[in-house]
Amino acid sequence: MKLTELAVGKSGVITSVAGGGMQRRRLLDLGFIPGSRVENVRCSPTGNPTAYLIKGTLIALRREESDMLFVKML
Amino acid sequence: MNALKEVIPSNAEHFTEDSLRINKISDKIVSSIYREAESIADRVVSQEKGKIDWDRRVDDVLTSRWLGYPIMLLLLGVVLWLTITGANYPSQLLAQGLFWGQDRLTEFFIWAGSPGWLHGFLVLGVYRSLAWVISVMLPPMAIFFPLFTLLEDLGYLPRVAFNLDNFFRQAGCHGKQALSMCMGFGCNAAGVISCRIIDSPRERVIAILTNNFVPCNGRFPTLIALAAIFTAGAVSGTYSNLLASAAVLGIILIGIFTTFTISYLLSRTILKGIPSSFALELPPYRKPRVGQIIVRSILDRTLFVLKRAIIVAAPAGGIAWIMANIYIGNASILTHTAGFLDPFAALLGLDGIILMAFILGLPANEIVLPLIIMGYLCTGSMLEMDSLQALKELLVVQHGWTPLTALSVMLFSLLHYPCGTTILTIYKETKSHKWTLLAVLIPLSVACIVCFLLNQTALVLGFG
Amino acid sequence: MIALVGNPNTGKSTIFNTLTGMRQYTGNWPGKTVLQTQGFYRFNNRHYKLVDLPGSYSLLPSSPDEEVARDFICFARPDCTIVVADAACLERNLNLALQVMEITPRVVLCLNLIDEAKRKGISVDILSLSKELGVPVVPTVALNNYGIEDLKKTIAALVEGKLECSPRRIEYDDEVERLVEDIESHINPIIPRSLINFRWLALRIIDGDSKLLEAIRSYLHLEGEILI
Ligand SMILES: Nc1nc2c(ncn2[C@@H]2O[C@H](COP(=O)(O)OP(=O)(O)OP(=O)(O)O)[C@@H](O)[C@H]2O)c(=O)[nH]1
Ligand SMILES: [Mg+2]
Repeated sequence: MKLTELAVGKSGVITSVAGGGMQRRRLLDLGFIPGSRVENVRCSPTGNPTAYLIKGTLIALRREESDMLFVKML
Repeated sequence: MNALKEVIPSNAEHFTEDSLRINKISDKIVSSIYREAESIADRVVSQEKGKIDWDRRVDDVLTSRWLGYPIMLLLLGVVLWLTITGANYPSQLLAQGLFWGQDRLTEFFIWAGSPGWLHGFLVLGVYRSLAWVISVMLPPMAIFFPLFTLLEDLGYLPRVAFNLDNFFRQAGCHGKQALSMCMGFGCNAAGVISCRIIDSPRERVIAILTNNFVPCNGRFPTLIALAAIFTAGAVSGTYSNLLASAAVLGIILIGIFTTFTISYLLSRTILKGIPSSFALELPPYRKPRVGQIIVRSILDRTLFVLKRAIIVAAPAGGIAWIMANIYIGNASILTHTAGFLDPFAALLGLDGIILMAFILGLPANEIVLPLIIMGYLCTGSMLEMDSLQALKELLVVQHGWTPLTALSVMLFSLLHYPCGTTILTIYKETKSHKWTLLAVLIPLSVACIVCFLLNQTALVLGFG
Repeated sequence: MIALVGNPNTGKSTIFNTLTGMRQYTGNWPGKTVLQTQGFYRFNNRHYKLVDLPGSYSLLPSSPDEEVARDFICFARPDCTIVVADAACLERNLNLALQVMEITPRVVLCLNLIDEAKRKGISVDILSLSKELGVPVVPTVALNNYGIEDLKKTIAALVEGKLECSPRRIEYDDEVERLVEDIESHINPIIPRSLINFRWLALRIIDGDSKLLEAIRSYLHLEGEILI
C-alpha cells in the first residue's frame, strides 16, 4: 500500500520507491529507502502535509511525495 | 586534455543507455551507503528506553487541527503586544534625550556664530532625521527581535511552515516559502537570499517576487508607530496597546494574504507549473539560551539600526532639508514636488509629501516616516517634536491625517516596493532584468490598486 | 583550509561562530546558511581558514544552497573536512559522512549536540565509532564550548600530518565494483591521480547524474589546463 494510506500513529516498512529522477533520489537521500521503518506521526491542521518519523528525524511530505512510497504495515 | 573531455560523456552515455538499469545501480549505491551507516550506528549507539517524548506532546498542541492556527496568531499577537507595550517608554526617553541634544547643538551653533544654512543642514536636516530614525526604530526592534529569535531557536518556525504548507501548495508554490518569509521580517534582502533553500527555480522566483509583502525591520516600526498613534485616542490606556497590536497583526495578515494571492496568480500565469517536490525536516525543540539571545540581539539590532541611521537616514535628512530650503520662484523644491504629486497621491489617500517620502525612501524604508515628518516640519510651523503625542499633533491637527490616511500609509508601506538593497539582491539572485523589474512593478501596482480601492470605497461610503 | 559540512541544522554555523568568533546566522530550523562563509582562527601559532557551508542531506544537491556545499567538498579540496553530525540521529548523519569519506580521506567527524542526545537517552560509543569509520571522532556541545578545544587539536594534528586517517571504504556488490574497476582503468591514462579521487569519479559516472558530471567535467578541464 501507499505511504499516504498509512494512518496516523501507525508504522510500516518501506518496500519500494516509485518515480524517477531528482524527486525519487531526494526521497532516498532523506532516508526513505526500501527496508527502513517509517511511522506516520501527525498530519498538519489541514491534513496535508504529513510528518513521518524516518531514521530518527521528523520529515514532512506532501501527498504527492508520499504517494511515491510503498509500505508494508507493521 | 581533449581525451579527458571525451571520457566522461562517452562513459556516461554508455551507461545511461538503459535508464532503468541505471536507476537500479544507483539505487544500489545509495542503499549500500545507508546500510553501512545503519550497521555502524547499530553497533555504536545505545538508546535508553522509557523517556517521555516531550516534543511530540508539544507538537500535538502546536500543530493540532483546532489549535494550530489560533496559537500561531496568538503568538504573533503576543509578540507584537510585548513589542508595542515595551517600546513605548524607551522611545519616549530616547526622543527626549535626542531632542534635548538638538537644542544644545542649536545653542552651540548660535554661540559659534555659524551661518544659518549650516545649522539648518546639519542640525535640522541630518541630526533630526537621525534622531527620528533612532527613537522610532530602535526600541521596537530591540524588543521584537529577541522575542522572534526565541521562537526561532525553540524550533517553532518549521512548525509554522508545516501548518501553512497546504495554502502554499494550493497557491502552487513551495512550503519553505514560509521560512523565507520569516527571514523577510528581519530584512527582505536576507529573505530573498534564503529563497535558495527552495529547490525548484519556478517556486523560488515566486518566493523572491513576493518576499516584499512581509514587512521588514525598516517598515515594521513605521507600522507600529502609526498604529500606536492612531489607536491611542480611540480607547483608554491599557486597551490602546491591545488595539494597536491588533492593527499591526491585521496589517501583517493582509501581507500574508497578499503573498498567497499573488503567488497563486503568478503560478497560474507567467510562472506556470505544478508544485515540485516538498520535504521539510521538523527538528526537535531545543532550549534557547535566553540570556545570550537577549544580549546579542539587542546589541546586534542596536548596531544595525545605528549603522543604517548613519548610512541612509543622515544623508536623506540632509537632502530633504536642502529640498525644503532651496526656492524656485516663491516655493521650495519640496513644495513644488509635493504639489506636483498631490493629485495622484490624493487618489491613494496619501498626500504629496507622503508619496515623495516613499519615493525618496527607496534606498531604505526606515527613512520614510522621518522624511514625512521632515517634509511637514519644513513646510509647516515649528513644533517641539519630542514625543509620539507631538507627532500626532503634527499629523492630525496640522496636516489633516485621518485614520483612513494612516491606514493608507500603512498599507502602502506594507505593499509598495522592496528597498534598493533588496532590489539589487533580487537581481543578483535571479540574474534577470525581467524578474527584477517585476519584483518592483508587481508590489507597486498592488499597493496602488489596494490604496485606490480602499479610498474610493471609503469616499463612496462617506468616510474620509 | 578547513571545511564544515553536515546535515542541515546540526550546528555547523554555531561551531563556526565559536571557532572564529564571527556571527553567522543560527537558529533551530534547517536551511539558514545558504552561502559559503569564510573565517579565520589561530591555534598553536598557526592560521586556519574555516569555511562554513550550507547543510545538505547528500552530495547530490537538489537546491542551489546544497549545490554550494557539494561543489565545495568535491572541488575545492580542503585540507581537512569536518563533518558535523547530530549525535541524536547518527545513522542519517553517517550517510553523508560516508559519502564525504569517499571523496577525501582527511575527515574529522564532529559529533555535536551530545547534550541533546543525552537528554533523549541516546549515547554513542565514541571510540568504537572512530574505529569503525577510520577517522577521528570528537564529541562536542557547540553551545557551551565542550569539546571545541579537542576539535582544534584534532584538526591541527590532521593538517600537520601527525594523525593518519584510513577511512572505511564502502564495498558495493560485485556488479558495481566491476564497473568501477572498468571505468577506473579508462580514466587512469587520461587524468592525473592528484586531480580527483578515481573511485569516486567512477561511482559518479555510474550514477549518471548529468548535472554533477557536467560540473566534474568543467572542473577537470579547468584544473587540467592549469596543471599541464
Ligand atoms: N543543545 C544544543 N544546541 C545546539 C548545539 N549546537 C547547536 N545548537 C543549536 O542548534 C541550532 C542549529 O544550529 P546551527 O549552527 O544554526 O546549524 P547549522 O548546521 O549551521 O544549520 P544550517 O545552516 O541550517 O544547515 C541552533 O539553534 C543552535 O543554537 C549543541 O551542541 N547543543
Ligand atoms: Mg549554518
